[in-house]
Amino acid sequence: MADLNIKIGSLALKNPVMTASGTFGYGLEFADFIDLSQLGAIIVKGTTLHHREGNPYPRMAETPSGMLNAVGLQNKGVDYFIQEIYPKIKDIDTHMIVNVSGSTIDDYVATAEKIAALEKIPAIELNISCPNVKEGGMAFGTSCKSAGSVVKAVRKVYPKTLIVKLSPNVTNIAEIAQSVEAEGADSVSLINTLLGMAVDIERRKPVLSTITGGLSGACVKPIALRMVWQVAKAVKIPVIGLGGIMSASDAIEFLLVGATAVQIGTANFIDPQISVKVIKGIDNYLIQHGYNSVQDIIGII
Amino acid sequence: MKKHILDLKVTENSRLHKNYVLLKFTTIDGSPLPLMEPGQFAEVRVDGSPSTFLRRPISINYIDKTKNELWLLIQLVGDGTRKLSTVTPGETVNMVLPLGNTFTIPEEKTTRMLLIGGGVGTAPMLYLGSILKQQGYNPSFLLGARSAADILQLNEFKTLGEVFLTTEDGSLGEKGYVTQHSVLMKSKFDKIYTCGPKPMMVAVAQYANAHDIDCEVSLENTMACGIGACLCCVENTKDGHVCVCKEGPVFNTNKLLWQI
Repeated sequence: MADLNIKIGSLALKNPVMTASGTFGYGLEFADFIDLSQLGAIIVKGTTLHHREGNPYPRMAETPSGMLNAVGLQNKGVDYFIQEIYPKIKDIDTHMIVNVSGSTIDDYVATAEKIAALEKIPAIELNISCPNVKEGGMAFGTSCKSAGSVVKAVRKVYPKTLIVKLSPNVTNIAEIAQSVEAEGADSVSLINTLLGMAVDIERRKPVLSTITGGLSGACVKPIALRMVWQVAKAVKIPVIGLGGIMSASDAIEFLLVGATAVQIGTANFIDPQISVKVIKGIDNYLIQHGYNSVQDIIGII
Repeated sequence: MKKHILDLKVTENSRLHKNYVLLKFTTIDGSPLPLMEPGQFAEVRVDGSPSTFLRRPISINYIDKTKNELWLLIQLVGDGTRKLSTVTPGETVNMVLPLGNTFTIPEEKTTRMLLIGGGVGTAPMLYLGSILKQQGYNPSFLLGARSAADILQLNEFKTLGEVFLTTEDGSLGEKGYVTQHSVLMKSKFDKIYTCGPKPMMVAVAQYANAHDIDCEVSLENTMACGIGACLCCVENTKDGHVCVCKEGPVFNTNKLLWQI
């Protein structure tokens, strides 16, 4: 077996494969299918300060090689997470990372502060890129100034590893990455979903209740890969690549263009065992090509 | 119940009608099929259909214990189900199962039960009916479809209990919709189970509500993951948005916010 260890800031991962927020529940949903402890990390569902019901149904549309979703950060709020969910997931033998979202900077700060107190949560992923909420979410991630200001505010109260999840719905993602790096982010993850739309021609109406939604799946991979390559060249902090990874070879592409780690998202819906298959596939690739460590292929393009 | 991901081998593919096929599957190595209960479903992967990205949720039509077979009744709706309908015996199909909750069965064996199915919504009623009969209940069935040719698996239903039929064109049974069938005026029921198009289920729920009958419906909201991870298939209930794939697909109508 090759050496798959990597580091995101001060966080040491046994391998570079994580599962993406919103696609893996709290991990427990997948426990019948895989050994969760094999994963590098699990990023749990987006958590907000208060309970959110999310958007009305329908929230999903299948598209060519992908899907649109408009879930809208449905979750029961950070206090429920701490009381009801944290006790069930804290002893899973991998890094449990919480994705944090909010409508205002104060929301982000308050949520991050509460999560910081949880011993077994070593990192948060700050979601400044959700396209499916009316306030906040992506609005923070589409300008350097607002992205920088939310990261700056959270950095003051959050001492552990701070990952910032970036939106692809911007003109220059590398500039956004640089502004969150400048405010103290330990890592950036990209890409969140691309804003898209689908129409039902029989009903002559949009498929989604929200009209627009976030596109994910195999179809977004070339865009994600290009953005990861651009960002990896522009920042010094580790980059976590995601967007349309359906196989180990997809994941390896992201590592080659500069991602230190990857996240598997929508593919979990089609193959609940894909995450561990990707870990095995990366290992096989390294052995076949004579690399001792995954570090040897990161960013060689 | 433990969920499984596994390849199952096709043993039979029969076309019941131009828009429906019945697929039968067994395990590759002859081991027993995982336990599955009435109301549950499988997420079926469709290979070789480029426009089909997600799995297709298909309700469990019947489990033939003696032959170790799983039956899935497929309505040909789009590219995915059309491709699935072309599998031949010996081929394998990847499935995640069993998913979702189950119909609840009252303890009292004399409970007068009516199982109402419309179109392909009759599929889960066959397995439910077979389990009810096996457990000593005496279920009746009310099946509705567009025309005689669209009434599926009638012979199988007849082995399980009394069957009432409606067709929209009057070619079989009474003419009209299931909720217009005379049995609903003549007989009294204590429990109704239903699956079919949403307007039909709403009408059934209204009938049940008006007659103070406990009623369970099986919903078919569009879904992606099937295991409660993506939160796409939600139904708005008295408990807020809940996943049809995990908290459902079976709901007591007293939990729903339908206008009934």
